[in-house]
Amino acid sequence: MAQPKMAHAYTPGLKVTEHDVIEKVRRLPLLGEVLVQKGDKVMPDTVVARTELPGEPHTVNVANVLGIEPEDIEHFMVKKVGDHIASGEAIARYRAFFGLVNRPAPSKVDGVLEMVSPVTGQVTIREANIPVEMNAYIEGVVDEILEREGVVVKCEGAFIQGIFGVGGENSGIVRVVVDDPNDVLEASLIKPEHKGCVLIGGSLVTGDAVNRAIEMGAVGVVAGGIIDQDLVTFLGYDIGVAITGHEDIPTSVIITEGFGKIRMADKTFNLFKDLEGEQVSLNGATQIRAGVMRPEIIASGHKPRHAGEKQAELSQGMVPGTPIRVIREPYFGILAEVVELPPELEVIETEAKVRILKAKLSDGRVVTIPRANVEIIEG
Amino acid sequence: MAEAQHQQPRYDLGREINSILATDCGSTTTKAILIEKVEGEYRLIVRGEAPTTVEKPFEDVTAGARNAIREVEELSGKTFLSEEGVIVPRTDDNTGVDIFLSTSSAGGGLQMMVAGVVRTMTAESAQRAALGAGAIVMDVISIDDGRRPHEKIQRIRHLRPDMILLSGGIDGGTVTHVAQIAELISAAEPKPRLGIGFKLPVIFAGNREARGYMNEILAEKVDLRIVDNLRPTLEQEVLGPAREEIHNLFMEHVMAQAPGYNKLMQWTPIPIMPTPGAVGLGMQTTAQTYNTHVIGVDIGGATTDVFSVVGEELEFFNRTVSANLGMSYSVSNVLLETGIENIMRWVPFPMEEEDLRNRIRNKMIRPTTIPQSLEELIIEQAIAREALRLAFIHHKSLAVGLRGVQRQRSIGDVFEQTGSGDTLIDMMKLGILVGSGGVLSHAPRRVQSALMMLDAFEPEGITWLTVDSIFMMPQLGVLSTVHPQAASQVFDKDCLIRLGTGLAPAGTSREGEMICRFEFTMPDGRQIEEKLHFGEMKRVELGQGEICDADIDPARGFDMGRGRGRGFKTRIHGGVAGLILDGRGRRPLALPEDPGKRVAKLSEWIEALDAYPLERYREILERRA
Repeated sequence: MAQPKMAHAYTPGLKVTEHDVIEKVRRLPLLGEVLVQKGDKVMPDTVVARTELPGEPHTVNVANVLGIEPEDIEHFMVKKVGDHIASGEAIARYRAFFGLVNRPAPSKVDGVLEMVSPVTGQVTIREANIPVEMNAYIEGVVDEILEREGVVVKCEGAFIQGIFGVGGENSGIVRVVVDDPNDVLEASLIKPEHKGCVLIGGSLVTGDAVNRAIEMGAVGVVAGGIIDQDLVTFLGYDIGVAITGHEDIPTSVIITEGFGKIRMADKTFNLFKDLEGEQVSLNGATQIRAGVMRPEIIASGHKPRHAGEKQAELSQGMVPGTPIRVIREPYFGILAEVVELPPELEVIETEAKVRILKAKLSDGRVVTIPRANVEIIEG
Repeated sequence: MAEAQHQQPRYDLGREINSILATDCGSTTTKAILIEKVEGEYRLIVRGEAPTTVEKPFEDVTAGARNAIREVEELSGKTFLSEEGVIVPRTDDNTGVDIFLSTSSAGGGLQMMVAGVVRTMTAESAQRAALGAGAIVMDVISIDDGRRPHEKIQRIRHLRPDMILLSGGIDGGTVTHVAQIAELISAAEPKPRLGIGFKLPVIFAGNREARGYMNEILAEKVDLRIVDNLRPTLEQEVLGPAREEIHNLFMEHVMAQAPGYNKLMQWTPIPIMPTPGAVGLGMQTTAQTYNTHVIGVDIGGATTDVFSVVGEELEFFNRTVSANLGMSYSVSNVLLETGIENIMRWVPFPMEEEDLRNRIRNKMIRPTTIPQSLEELIIEQAIAREALRLAFIHHKSLAVGLRGVQRQRSIGDVFEQTGSGDTLIDMMKLGILVGSGGVLSHAPRRVQSALMMLDAFEPEGITWLTVDSIFMMPQLGVLSTVHPQAASQVFDKDCLIRLGTGLAPAGTSREGEMICRFEFTMPDGRQIEEKLHFGEMKRVELGQGEICDADIDPARGFDMGRGRGRGFKTRIHGGVAGLILDGRGRRPLALPEDPGKRVAKLSEWIEALDAYPLERYREILERRA
């Protein structure tokens, strides 16, 4: 059994790597049928498993409609449990005065009569089952079959995590539309030829640019930051809790650094430049709590161009020289390098006694920062 | 306050209990505490913690529990773990423990949906039963909840709770309405959150007469459990059987499905309890121990739980969970629910709205960060005030007398009505306020925690303010079920940090008018006289463990607990923040609307209580002016 280490005194950063082994569990919401075999090659849109959700149930209070007592309902039913019913067809009928009074209780949907209640006078009609298909999401190989539940798809390639996103799974071609990680992704940079593409910006994506991306049919937009109010305007509502991914939007939006205008980390930006023209899968779904889920961009089969370069190892933790990003005020968003990791607790401005580190900021200043407020730039 | 009660252990393990090991598997951290009998008294010896390992890549809760216990082993120099788990019973002074127990909120805790016939009656009782058992209530379905049947069905289908509690109807009453709700559940065919292919547990705690019909329509589709009606009559609410069944199902279904819990359950014969349920027991023990009304709050990253134990005989226990009010994961929701201006009103310096909004969002997406600058700390505590205030409003709305009773008794017996639906919380009768959760337990100055609680809860009269030092309440709650004496002693000596006592005359007056005169006789015999004016706050030093005699003389129109203008003598407990005289009177607290005057008032209170490093605070004011 793998043994976890003791509490790390740092936040493991977001993963940005040009080569990783990536596994994706593709699980159905209910038991169903797996359509592929172990070892099969799959594309993002390959259907790997399928099931059927029970159809939507609809209730009609027949006793109320016909003006009868619930316990008498059986006498007035014209359909029985298991019968097919078309929309508008009578489920039950009240006849009196030799047919002069003829009041039907019609169904509003096509379906099968499932239940007749002599207690409440309620009748349930269930619509046809709803087929649910699960695709592979990434290009790769089926590594494991989860009997009747789904599969595990595996691939090797580039992997980039964002900090926050909205919108679900998509796949498209990478297009870096700015020159510099400091540049703002404006609406004017998005063209009709970006249909089906994942657009990469620099420090910020504006609200207008997101709308333009949707208009042009881009499947994803990635940038360093977004202004809080632009996100609210774009979605049409405010996000209270950080669980996203189910938004009904055609374009996934992923930010890599945070809210506000923040330069995209060079490493992330450069990797996107390497991915220019390649097919990627992306998912804006974010969940920040136990079982943290961050938005991601996966480029299956991407060949590393910088093999052999020094990469910060997660298992190694932080050491002097480790590249970090500050993730809280007063140095929020600034990239730095660890200079010193004093073991003893230190009193900071708030008067809290915490573990700190000394870091050299990109502008040359050496400052003290709580270890909780930095993340390793991982690779 | 009464001395702690001394009771015999209810859980007889057939030997003298000298050492107890307890873990709490939280969603992010697993905590272990070691309690031992030292010179005839149970005391906390050491504690350890490690990351919880329910999630990938470990997917085994016992890995985190072992790590937390290993830290306790290292610190105590003793051995508690073997290959099989925790060594019980103790084999010698240095190996094993007499009792091991655990609580858990890992993997999302216990998530329930409840349903009843009338929203403010059986559905509300079901909600109280579920919350009291430690659940997060995802939705409350009732006949009169304003949704059409198909909308209710959609909702039931969409949610994937751990279980459903269904109630409705008094015993012998009509079956039709509760049957309607059951038919909706049957039509929806709900699925459980964990365990693909398993049937969802549904507890029926409604009208006895409906049991046969419930079996008929639900038994095939769900795992149906039937317990006694939680509202057998309009005047009675009997939540015990439903809560017990919730705990049983929590063990059988939720824990059994969660990674590694089967192993953890084998480590102890004592059932693993949902953490908030255990905290509730801890709060009840506190109220019994000190014989006073207690309100407790646990403010976490995602949720804020509020507990109250009130009533003449301390017979009313209520818990609410505000599932989306928290300091990290849900911090944006605090902003959404209260509005930016309500957070801004607690910030004692000028600030741009957009700056505050972006900071809140960035805290949400990077929840483990801590305030580095004083500005950030002050902002975080401003948000906490609003999260606490909203959670308490939510609590007061659910901690109410039984509704519906009034109608039954209304004929000719108007003056004896008890179940009015009014809140059971009386801030003047409140004796102890217990705070826990990072923002309260780890505030750099203890007076900051006291001030946050005074601002958010607005206690009146004399209230003892405390914080749970290391969030031991869950473990002590479970321990109270098997060894109340040990739980009580550790609670008294090691769990609670006494912040001090709030003294808040209730009433209203003009700014600057004298509203109460206090004469304190300190432990060293010194006499201190304080005149409290309306709108003013003051602090008097009185250390933890110290008690002073107080002569309290409120002005006409002001109440300190014995009626308006009525003075009295009493004894008052000190604490690390001493005595806080709160002359802000009227409830709810009103802050000046003019931004300049508001900042001036907040600054006055900060200076009077020495709440923040003043030099640095003045620099911020100057810089932002």
